[in-house]
Amino acid sequence: MSQGSPLALRELVANLRAAPRAFWETAFRSGRPTTDRTRSAFVFGNVFYHLHSTRVHRWSLRWVTTLGLGLITFWSFALTVVTGILLMFYYMPYPDGAYQSMKDIHFVVPTGRLVRNLHRWACNVMVVAVLLHMARVFYTAAYRAPREFNWVAGILLMAVTLALAFTGYLLPWDQLAYWAITIGANIAQSPREVTDALGVTHLFDPGGLQKLLLLGSEEVGKEALLRFYLLHIMILPLILVALLAVHFWRIRKDGGLARPEDADQRLGPPPPGTHPVFTEQPRKTYQLAAIVRGRTPQVDRGPENTLPAMPHLFYAELGVLMFTVLLCLLLAVLWDAPLKELANPQVPENPAKAPWYFLGLQEVVSFSAFTGGIGIPTLCVIALALIPYLDRERDGTGIWFGGPGGARLVLGSVAFGLAAVIGIEAFAIHFGWLREWWLDVPQLLVTLVNPGTVLVLFYFLYSVWVVRRYNSTRAGAVAVFTCFLCGFVVLTIIGTYLRGPNWEFFWSRADWPVH
Amino acid sequence: MTTKPRAAGESRSRLDPEAVARRDFLGLAARCSAVAAFLLATLGIARLPKTAVLPSPSKKFRVTLPESLPPGEPYQPAGRSVAIFRDQEGVFAISKVCTHLGCIVNPVPTGFDCPCHGSRFDPRGEVIRGPAPKPLNWLAVARTADNTYLVDEGSTVPLGTKETA
Repeated sequence: MSQGSPLALRELVANLRAAPRAFWETAFRSGRPTTDRTRSAFVFGNVFYHLHSTRVHRWSLRWVTTLGLGLITFWSFALTVVTGILLMFYYMPYPDGAYQSMKDIHFVVPTGRLVRNLHRWACNVMVVAVLLHMARVFYTAAYRAPREFNWVAGILLMAVTLALAFTGYLLPWDQLAYWAITIGANIAQSPREVTDALGVTHLFDPGGLQKLLLLGSEEVGKEALLRFYLLHIMILPLILVALLAVHFWRIRKDGGLARPEDADQRLGPPPPGTHPVFTEQPRKTYQLAAIVRGRTPQVDRGPENTLPAMPHLFYAELGVLMFTVLLCLLLAVLWDAPLKELANPQVPENPAKAPWYFLGLQEVVSFSAFTGGIGIPTLCVIALALIPYLDRERDGTGIWFGGPGGARLVLGSVAFGLAAVIGIEAFAIHFGWLREWWLDVPQLLVTLVNPGTVLVLFYFLYSVWVVRRYNSTRAGAVAVFTCFLCGFVVLTIIGTYLRGPNWEFFWSRADWPVH
Repeated sequence: MTTKPRAAGESRSRLDPEAVARRDFLGLAARCSAVAAFLLATLGIARLPKTAVLPSPSKKFRVTLPESLPPGEPYQPAGRSVAIFRDQEGVFAISKVCTHLGCIVNPVPTGFDCPCHGSRFDPRGEVIRGPAPKPLNWLAVARTADNTYLVDEGSTVPLGTKETA
């Protein structure tokens, strides 16, 4: 109070000077990530990073292991979140406002056009990447124990991704949006195709209930727009983020990415110049680690061919982020997101097409609404989710096209998958289907027997044959997965490029009739 | 609190059952009621988005047909997805909403063509080809004055029902 004040004052000044540095040190307590210990602390001491493990196996860091596909999916999602929030500054979710605000965003709002294009392209990149990521995990047999559950979480994430893309499709309220959603909503109602054929719709009408819940009305109108908006910006993103947390957390809990048992021999010694592996003896032993069963790097086990996540993994992630943003920017600058005329409930687009990722299904829908819209997609999701529980083999885990048959089986399955889908489509396009031969065919028969179900049957029989031939469920899984991938690609191409007005087949857009 | 220990092999009867400890019973009851509460809450939440009153505009509308409407020629009132016909037997209205996935069909000389998935219908609205599972809906028509009819898009009638002109 009396004698000490000059000293305290001096201390105050010194503390003030030191404050920025002290603040930095309290925020990042571990210090610069230069040693193994501080690099680990960099990861587990940070709430945003600690979903990563502190050390990563060198196998996981090879780019050919993952091709960065999961990360591309995540980063493109992050990009849609950022651009989506920006679009919400101007977007008005009611019929008269929606289309006008889209025009404003496109023509008036500063950078609005680029942000909208980015949102659209990041969404497309996300859909492509999520499919490729699934294919990567499948072909490297990375879904096997202990990662079965994470595979299922990934299937759910794919479904939510598609739902997010689809709900966003209505929001511009143009002709493209309106008719794609009208078709989508009626697909939700398509269980009526079966209940009507059985004559029980007045008792049990799941189709009608689904459509009513989705649209809030009988037609696509302002209630539907509000519901799709709510789903798109609130409900589905929350579900996606929750699932994403589970998905990422499980990667770590399941022991990082899948790798073959002889990964260390395959990798050989680390190349010179790599940040050294286990440069320091660990100073601590983590007693807590004792309660975790296996799979996490244990301090008393010696080098495991792992590298610190900081910098190796984080720099790779940063690189993929840069790549993803660059890719989306390029696409967004080169191609505008489409915006057609204002929605008109009296005049459908001709042809009226769903978003591209559903055009393969729409091709099947053009034979039977229930089969293409509900039956086959449900079957696919269930079959995908079952894969890790049916294939309990160990051979080939973590290796591209691992397991019995290898790449040869994949090529054979590609050949069969392509031949079957092209054959059936060519047949149906050239000769027509049941109703063209027999006008009064019962609807239930068309729902059960149509090019979609016949194709599924062919693929199923082929994979059963492969299971017998190779005496391996993994081989059967490879066969059926490859076939479905081929079917999806071919049907999507036919639906996108080869179907014109009235859903007729045309070799090229130039042949479309002119009105 | 707990049950009395029994000697091994001691017989039990319906009148002397093994007692459930009160703590166990209460715990089980608490868990069951929590599960029931969550289920009921979920159902209650799902009840809200299921609209009780459909917000669609009125589906009934009045239409005056032109004096000269040749048989087989559709009269298509603006803003309604309905085609109205008049022939010797009377007046009838066919919904233009495709029974496949809800696109609006175009009246053509052979009947109706759907632009979305290639369903074709004959002039009576019956499916000739394509994926449509049902014929086009025929709608209730009531004559209110000379050449003026009340059409109800919300009410379907059996195929071939015509209102006498």
